[in-house]
Amino acid sequence: MFRLQDVTKTYTRRAETVTAFQCDELEVATGEYVAIVGPSGSGKTTLLSLLGGMLSPTRGRVWLGEHSLYDQPIAERARLRRELMGFVFQTFNLVPYLTALENVQVPLCLAALSASDQRERATAMLERFGLGSRLHHKPTELSIGQQQRVALARTLVNNPQVILADEPTGNLDPDSRSLVLSALADCHREGRTIVVVTHDPVAAQQAQRSLRLCDGKLSATPDVSVARVA
Amino acid sequence: MRLQTLVWKELRERPSAMLTSGLAILLGVASLVFIRHVTVHSEQEVSRQLSTLGANILILPKDASLQDYYAADQNGRTLPEEHVSEVLLAGLTGVEKLSPKLSVPAKVGELDVTLTGILPQSEFQTKAAWQTVSLFSPKKHDGCTKVHVAPSAADAAPEALAANRTIEQLRKHEVVIGADVAERTGLKAGANVELLGESFDVLAILPRTGTVDDGRVFAHLHAVQRMTGAGEVVSAIEVMGCCEDAAGDLVPQLSKLLPNAKVVTISQVVQTQVGVNRLMANTSLFVLVVLVLVGGASLAGAISANVRERRREIGTLMALGATPGFVSRLFLLKALWLGVIGGVAGCLLGLGLAVWLGPQWAGVSIQPLPGVSALAVGGASVLALIAAYWPARRAARLDPCVCFQEV
Repeated sequence: MFRLQDVTKTYTRRAETVTAFQCDELEVATGEYVAIVGPSGSGKTTLLSLLGGMLSPTRGRVWLGEHSLYDQPIAERARLRRELMGFVFQTFNLVPYLTALENVQVPLCLAALSASDQRERATAMLERFGLGSRLHHKPTELSIGQQQRVALARTLVNNPQVILADEPTGNLDPDSRSLVLSALADCHREGRTIVVVTHDPVAAQQAQRSLRLCDGKLSATPDVSVARVA
Repeated sequence: MRLQTLVWKELRERPSAMLTSGLAILLGVASLVFIRHVTVHSEQEVSRQLSTLGANILILPKDASLQDYYAADQNGRTLPEEHVSEVLLAGLTGVEKLSPKLSVPAKVGELDVTLTGILPQSEFQTKAAWQTVSLFSPKKHDGCTKVHVAPSAADAAPEALAANRTIEQLRKHEVVIGADVAERTGLKAGANVELLGESFDVLAILPRTGTVDDGRVFAHLHAVQRMTGAGEVVSAIEVMGCCEDAAGDLVPQLSKLLPNAKVVTISQVVQTQVGVNRLMANTSLFVLVVLVLVGGASLAGAISANVRERRREIGTLMALGATPGFVSRLFLLKALWLGVIGGVAGCLLGLGLAVWLGPQWAGVSIQPLPGVSALAVGGASVLALIAAYWPARRAARLDPCVCFQEV
């Protein structure tokens, strides 16, 4: 699904160049569940942004299937995100002035679905996450766990092939964390490719493969095996 | 849900911030609409009066100032009445009628009025010395291409004074009352009124003209001269030319004939008035430009702040698949709504003020001008779009990675 070829991302701040991420070769297969672990500032979010087509590498190529992501125009990358990817954010990133239903409708609106289709699919997805009675509540009127469930519903409503998750369990209580991990496991079972950036060992252990990022460089962690998840 | 829904929901979430940014646009548009309505109607009124007065010429004291045609005889200065005879005896081609006037302040009961002495046209015809002059000769219009004044039976009615500036018959114990004076004193035709200690019969009430003539009481010129002890003087002599061609030629001839008097055409008086109006309009236009610039800058600042506040939301939308064009339209549409709302509200405010204050400030009644209103709303909308262009462009170029950051 993803292939990184000789990718480097550097930032220049006050005439000083810092390498945020560097990788000679990385491949994430279709349907694979990969966890990226590492300390703060190690380049985890940079990697997630590179995979999401949101941050051009300084050097190298990022492939999504047959598409070299950064050889595509910006609008085409937006289309690929809209049609193939779903994002899970640590702080949910719900739009504060929209209701739960409207938040879930956003990806469908961007995909130009009709208003009735948007309502129908968003309602079904929220009901799947047990939020059928909270459709018209704004994020501030929902608990943290409910907000993360709305965010998950928004991620999945477009039926993405790839899920990129940034610390999906970082802000959650144990119950909500189980729910999110369970949802990610379900997605994996459905054949979706999942890349999770996490500090949470439990979340990392659920993945088929775990990669450690340290000072922007990737290495495999030996204690996670494919067999555990499969 | 559509792009429009996102814009509306966000606008409703922060109404006070948006109200503040739209206020400058509202005030700018209100000023534009108010100024244009008053100016346009004022010019139309001047034009209407000009066409009513046609080829009239005023003979005034040399040092008289010119602001208002109708009040030109109220400057307190006088010139000898014998100028009337001089004009008549000169036999100038194109002179249709003459109307000498003497205006003095007076009171009707407690009401301050202008008492204006006028000479009825019948006296021109009966005065023996004037019988032979060319004013009454069939050749008086030789050389004129258009006769402006066509005598009719209606001209004989005293009420015709309002439109014709002359009256056929007026005895020395009779007065004609302006519409405002009649309304405020309750006087009617046939009533009796005391002026400067003498009693007069009200011959007629004039129809409303919308000019200072509404506040006048017209009496016989010689009665006013006698009561005030002013002697044989007048404040102004109005010369009705038979056509506009004649009026143009008459001015130099009259100036030559009466070197100690000021001879002006109605268009010169009106031009002075229009010039003052234009100066006011230009000054107001400058204020308007400042308001528009402030409005544009204020809106640009508000949209920029809005983009900064919503960085993570923009990043999230981009992560969910929004294109830069979508993000740009999100802010441009918001600015457009602010422009339209500010423009329409400003238009209504300006129109309301113009209708309310126009008659008091400029003496004209105001009717809505759809073109001006549409231009104001359109202008406000375009201004809003221009003001939001750069902030919207910046939003569209935001790094979508901000969605992963704690902002």
